[in-house]
Amino acid sequence: MSPSTLSAFIALIKRDLMLSYRHRNELLNPLLFFIIVVTLFPLGVSPEKQLLQTMAPGVIWVAALLATMLSLDTLFKSDYDDGTLEQMMLSPHSNAVLVLAKIISHWLVTGVPIILMAPLLGIFMFVPAEGISTLMLTLLLGTPILSLVGAIGMALTLGLNRGGMLLSLLVLPLYIPVLIFSANAVDASMSGLEIKGQIYFISALLVLSITLAPLAAATALKISVE
Amino acid sequence: MADASAGLHLKSISCTRGYRDLFTDLEFELCPGQVLRVEGKNGSGKTSLLRIMAGLAQPLEGEVLWQGRKIDHAESEYLNNLLFIGHRAGIKFELTPVENLCMAKSLHGSHSTISIESALEKVGLYGFEDIPCGRLSAGQKRRVALAQLLLTHAKFWILDEPYTSLDVNAVAMLESVFAQHVEQGGVLVITSHQPVTVQAGEQYRLVLPKTELEALV
Repeated sequence: MSPSTLSAFIALIKRDLMLSYRHRNELLNPLLFFIIVVTLFPLGVSPEKQLLQTMAPGVIWVAALLATMLSLDTLFKSDYDDGTLEQMMLSPHSNAVLVLAKIISHWLVTGVPIILMAPLLGIFMFVPAEGISTLMLTLLLGTPILSLVGAIGMALTLGLNRGGMLLSLLVLPLYIPVLIFSANAVDASMSGLEIKGQIYFISALLVLSITLAPLAAATALKISVE
Repeated sequence: MADASAGLHLKSISCTRGYRDLFTDLEFELCPGQVLRVEGKNGSGKTSLLRIMAGLAQPLEGEVLWQGRKIDHAESEYLNNLLFIGHRAGIKFELTPVENLCMAKSLHGSHSTISIESALEKVGLYGFEDIPCGRLSAGQKRRVALAQLLLTHAKFWILDEPYTSLDVNAVAMLESVFAQHVEQGGVLVITSHQPVTVQAGEQYRLVLPKTELEALV
């Protein structure tokens, strides 16, 4: 990466974080959604400790996944509407690098709050201490994958009027491996089992999506801008 | 030796929208110091042509060459020399003019001699540097976008309707900027429903859907 590309990369992350800061209330939506979904389960199902403990990994992960999906809409939409995306495509820097900058700032404002909130909700669902550390680890590895893969789906459906439905159809199947391995890892650590296998698998998915997703999303954006 | 030219060469470009042909077999070459005004009725394909020239859209047929190479092969060289300001100005309403121009500057990697503040002063936005663009008027937003012209080192300018919602003073200011740019060997491609007078360079006019350039004196 040349120094000017690096400075554009950093400037874009800074700009997106500043924009999110100026839309603070929108920023809270995915996090609130995450908290509300998880807190409703004990009320709706049963406050019984045993039951909540078994459900916890799945419930928390499903809520995190849906909260990320809800927030994908903000990723490229406003840039597309006001023409800044066009200017991004016309920049001499590699589009994939710029797209990666946008994905990173998206993860910083949606993924990170979810990771930080997870232990609290874990305690709420009677998850024991070992389970909570695994939960945070899987979220730390998994939420970037959600943002990266989501970016491809968002880039593909950008030009469509109501791309929401199509976006879920495109993205959800790719989210499912992350969900299965993460929830399973948390479950296993709660029963004191080895979780290395699952963690390696999620890490591999993360490496794969960091390398390929920005390229795919940048190409899709190019088509969408046309 | 048309292929080794210094400028932009459009080779038998055709463009359709839906089932309608907008223009077919468009062929011309733009060299340093030339001004091209693209004219035509609404929907005659002015914006489509400009987007094809910028590489944002693909033509149905034909190719666009920059210094003899296809623009998608010479991408970063071409984009380094290109400034495109479209209908949607690329201005974030939540950001102030200074922040917007800072971003544009780092995206396009410009190394201009004047500062962002003095560029804003020159386009008449002195005192508005720290107000979010969303609270500026339509003409002032346009001026923020056009301040990029003062900050860029790009030689090739493509401007789609730059005069929209600008007042008389701003138009006069823009025309002097255009003249200076063309005198320094720049190329200007412009669409406008208002008359454009640039006091420098060779002037050409393209009235779509006709495909011949007319030289203006």
